[in-house]
Amino acid sequence: MTTEKNRIAIAILALGGQGGGVLAEWIQHVAREDGWIAQGTSVPGVAQRTGSTVYYVELARPGADGRVPVMAQMPMPGDVDVVVASELMETGRAVLRGFATKERTTLIGSTHRVYAISEKQVAGDGRGNGDKIIAAAQERSARFIGFDMEAATEATHSVISAIMFGALAGSGALPFPREAFEQAIHHSGKAVKSNLAGFAEGFARAQGPVAMPAKAEADLPIPTTPAGQQLAARIYELPEAARTLAIHGAARLMDYQDAAYAGLYLDRLEQVARLDAAPFTLTAEVARHLALWMAYEDTIRVADLKVRASRFERIAQEMKLKDDQVLALTEFMHPRLQELAEVLPTGLARRLLNGGALSRWLEGRFTKGRHARTTGLRWFLLLRMVAALRGWRPRSLRYAQEQARIGEWLDAIATVTARDNTKAIEIARCQRLIKGYGDTFERGLDNFRWIMERHADVDCEQIREWREKALADDQAKHLSRVMAA
Amino acid sequence: MAERSFKSEVRKLTAGAGETFTGEGILAVTKGLLQSGVAYVGGYQGSPISHLMDVFADANDLLASLDVHFEASASEATAAAMLAASVNYPLRGAVAWKSVVGTNVASDALSNVASGGVTGGALIIVGEDYGEGSSIMQERTHAFAMKSQMWLLDPRPNLTSIVEAVEQGFRLSEASNTPVMLQMRVRSCHMTGSFVAKDNIRPALTVADAAANPVRDTQRIVLPPANFSHEIEKIEQRWPAGIAYVQDNKLNEWFGDCLETPEIGIIVQGGLYNNLNRAMELIGLADAYGASRIAIYCLNVTYPLIPDEVRDFCAGKQAVLVLEEGQPEFIEHELNTLVRRADLQTRIIGKDMLPRAGEYSAAVIRAGLARFLRAYAPHLAPAEEQANPLPAPVAKEIPQRPAGFCTGCPERPVFSAVKLVERELGPTHVSADIGCHLFSILPPFDIGNTTMGYGLGTAGASAFKPKDKRAIAVMGDGGFWHNGLTSGIGNAVFNKDDTVTLIIDNGYSAATGGQDILSSRADNPERVTKNPIAKAVQGVGGKWVRLIERTYNVAQMRDTLREAMTSPEKGPKVIVAQSECMLNKQRRVKREQTKVLAGGGRVVTERFGVDADTCTGDHACIRLSGCPSLTIKSNPDPLRQDPVTAVESSCVGCGLCGENAHAAVLCPSFYRASIVANPTGWERFSAKLNRAIIGWFQARDSRARLARAF
Repeated sequence: MTTEKNRIAIAILALGGQGGGVLAEWIQHVAREDGWIAQGTSVPGVAQRTGSTVYYVELARPGADGRVPVMAQMPMPGDVDVVVASELMETGRAVLRGFATKERTTLIGSTHRVYAISEKQVAGDGRGNGDKIIAAAQERSARFIGFDMEAATEATHSVISAIMFGALAGSGALPFPREAFEQAIHHSGKAVKSNLAGFAEGFARAQGPVAMPAKAEADLPIPTTPAGQQLAARIYELPEAARTLAIHGAARLMDYQDAAYAGLYLDRLEQVARLDAAPFTLTAEVARHLALWMAYEDTIRVADLKVRASRFERIAQEMKLKDDQVLALTEFMHPRLQELAEVLPTGLARRLLNGGALSRWLEGRFTKGRHARTTGLRWFLLLRMVAALRGWRPRSLRYAQEQARIGEWLDAIATVTARDNTKAIEIARCQRLIKGYGDTFERGLDNFRWIMERHADVDCEQIREWREKALADDQAKHLSRVMAA
Repeated sequence: MAERSFKSEVRKLTAGAGETFTGEGILAVTKGLLQSGVAYVGGYQGSPISHLMDVFADANDLLASLDVHFEASASEATAAAMLAASVNYPLRGAVAWKSVVGTNVASDALSNVASGGVTGGALIIVGEDYGEGSSIMQERTHAFAMKSQMWLLDPRPNLTSIVEAVEQGFRLSEASNTPVMLQMRVRSCHMTGSFVAKDNIRPALTVADAAANPVRDTQRIVLPPANFSHEIEKIEQRWPAGIAYVQDNKLNEWFGDCLETPEIGIIVQGGLYNNLNRAMELIGLADAYGASRIAIYCLNVTYPLIPDEVRDFCAGKQAVLVLEEGQPEFIEHELNTLVRRADLQTRIIGKDMLPRAGEYSAAVIRAGLARFLRAYAPHLAPAEEQANPLPAPVAKEIPQRPAGFCTGCPERPVFSAVKLVERELGPTHVSADIGCHLFSILPPFDIGNTTMGYGLGTAGASAFKPKDKRAIAVMGDGGFWHNGLTSGIGNAVFNKDDTVTLIIDNGYSAATGGQDILSSRADNPERVTKNPIAKAVQGVGGKWVRLIERTYNVAQMRDTLREAMTSPEKGPKVIVAQSECMLNKQRRVKREQTKVLAGGGRVVTERFGVDADTCTGDHACIRLSGCPSLTIKSNPDPLRQDPVTAVESSCVGCGLCGENAHAAVLCPSFYRASIVANPTGWERFSAKLNRAIIGWFQARDSRARLARAF
């Protein structure tokens, strides 16, 4: 179809640093070698510092009598033959700006995400909905070729521009043979081998169906111990809606503490289930949030997670450590007296935190961040020792505090669900506010309390709105200030 | 050394007569200068003109062989003042900068050179940063051309026309003793294309020749009574000479013959011609090669207008559409005057059918042209098109992507520290400056109240005479040397201002492409570098000066800033925050590391990571950093819903994540992985030993954990 055309308009939407300019040069090289006139334009400017950039390439045949075509300097909505976008939302932007049209555009876009700062900085989940973008890309293009170009880049140790170039060649939207594209990579003379590998991968993936990035699903734990089997048996008595979460929850709490603690979790959950009715959404929500709350992140837990063999292996893998390389890990920990004392037995902890002379002296000793080298013996053994305090945990101050808060929360849920199940669900979900460490944790907890103090007078909608406001706030303000604003 | 090397492109500049030159627009301009026998070139970098400066910096040998003098000027004012060399001598000189901001800075010298007039051709190449991708206020350079009487060229955007404009510009300048501005739009600067080259020409007179044989003519100096005679000269001699040259050499172009509709026409700025043709092609009024069914008068010279040409074009036409980008619509006003004076009844249609503001893309022109045709030539008008925008619920999912600090940028920790100090002392008035550091005004930092221009951060805070809360001013090293030393620091010392100035000393003019400056730490054989900023500050009387040699030390940054904010000492407080621009550093370091690795040498690389199981997904770390490599991913924990923080493999290990985690007491999830390639024997041994002991404990713990597992 494209062979009869005298002009081909190509828009490339990329983020600064993704090599959109290189891709544009490759395309022009291919076209010029085939006797086309090629022009590339862009507006890099400050956008090349991480912003989104549009590169435009126009290919045209010279006129029969040597007349030179008048070339456009930017993609014109409705007049673009091929769009190549390096990321899912940039694919969306091509559609938004009208570059992709049902009538003629081959839209080639990655389905992976590079999150924008507005999505990242939200205290909860601020991510845009990619499914809507995929649907729009399919509706508003003659053909949509979409796959995870980042994964393809990783797999071939290449760069995303090479993947895009391969996908462009593989789409058949340009009237040039595969070899002509490969020749352009050879001609540029830079990282030829890896670029060709990326090109081949992109070419192949362009033949396949639209594919989203692979999602890692956590396996459902299978009981391996008698204690686990007993708990599992109890879980199968729970409403089905809550079972999967309860299995994850129970397994988490056994790992966190022990079977008895997981048993306490199920006791509490069963109570909620008794007050609940089909479809048992409340039970499911409590199964999730109760487990998270009961597995609160204290110093013991953090130390425990930091020194595990599985963690060392995971990091070595992530860092692509080679056999002849040496890896050193440094943790950035900032334990304050508060966090250290609260894992001690209640009486002792209160004395250390009472603000007296000893307390003040100790506080002064714990104001600095620590660089904990966990691949060295000193810090490894120290953290392992802290992790070993696990057995003491039920006698610790923090334990007492958290169990009291959990108790109040469950009481509130129980009281409310009798009258208004949906509202109880919203209250259960407010646990989501309690997270982080230090100031972040305290602010979250304050926000949680702020809602809990007021829940009696408002409906479920209001609670949800408050919660979402607290999570969406990007300036780390207290909810009372957010509401006042 | 600049961000982009043009060593290979420079070879293209040696192309001789008949060879086809293929490359970027800005390179074509450079080649045009050499083909014109330019004797000296100066300028100041800035998008979209940076590459011109970079090319010249990389073309040192070629320039030396042609006896062309090139300077990386200290500012646009410096560059403009350089044109003084063309006043008394037949030297062709060219200067370049980003406009309109650069022209603002240069305007003192420009007024002077335009008043006295020139003997040698003086060409001012302005990169007009207007429209999409622009980083500056949307104004027109056109106004400067008018007020100082300099001719303004706006050639059609193809390399042949652009190079021709360079060559003609010098001749026009000499023919009319008037400086000529060549306006390059953003897209034309970065546009690739081809043209047939000519040989480079050595200047007939070099700057050295001129210096050896000084000529003096007090009539060319702006001082009474000469200044009054200059004005008369401009009107009576230079203006008519300029008009005659443009007319005689047909610098403006006419398109469209055998017209079915002689009663309408279009007058277009040369730079917009291609967009116009595309718009007309899509309406069916032109073909792809520019054969038009409507008469077009293309202004490759947008100032001055040529009254006879305008009269001839408009005569007999009922209405003429003017395509003039930006505002005020100077050309439209002038056309109306000219048509009136010629006593023609032609209607001049411009901003009443086209948007008053914003870029005239092909789509905008098509819409305006359709409106015009419906009113004056309905039989040519296209059918109304139904807009089909993406529905709002989908559109709102697509986030804005403002530019931001690069991965590992050393400026980021400075603003992390400002944020932390603001938490203690409350919000502060922050006077921002021009440069990468201006990204502080965007999320996640949201720091900065105003910016008044390059190097003017401190000056922008000078109205504040605080009682107890001091204002903070930010200034880059580029801005500091451009003018901030005097306009900001010197002014603050002299006026006993009490403001706090943060000078971001990253070793380059980073935002414009990493060019070296006076305080760069790099060795540069062509320039003198390594002049410390702190010394300059002290030189103008600054007393309270603190040097921070590693901006990534957030705690030190924060403490120093707090001290500056609260110190009882009077007078300006200056903090020089040093760390090399990461973009440039990476390019340098990567090259070095590859070399060492290839030789089997020991190389340590560092990267940060986040433990997903201790990250609770509150993203406080992101709100204090905003690093592109610090991102989020779906929570691998089946119980948790909010995405966890993750560090991408693009991390350069700058250390800010860890420093922030410490300084702001965030969370224990961050770790630094130091990977040693080709470790020493001792490193190997001790790592092995540690691994063995740790492994033994870990195996025991794993067994115990399995025993109590689910």
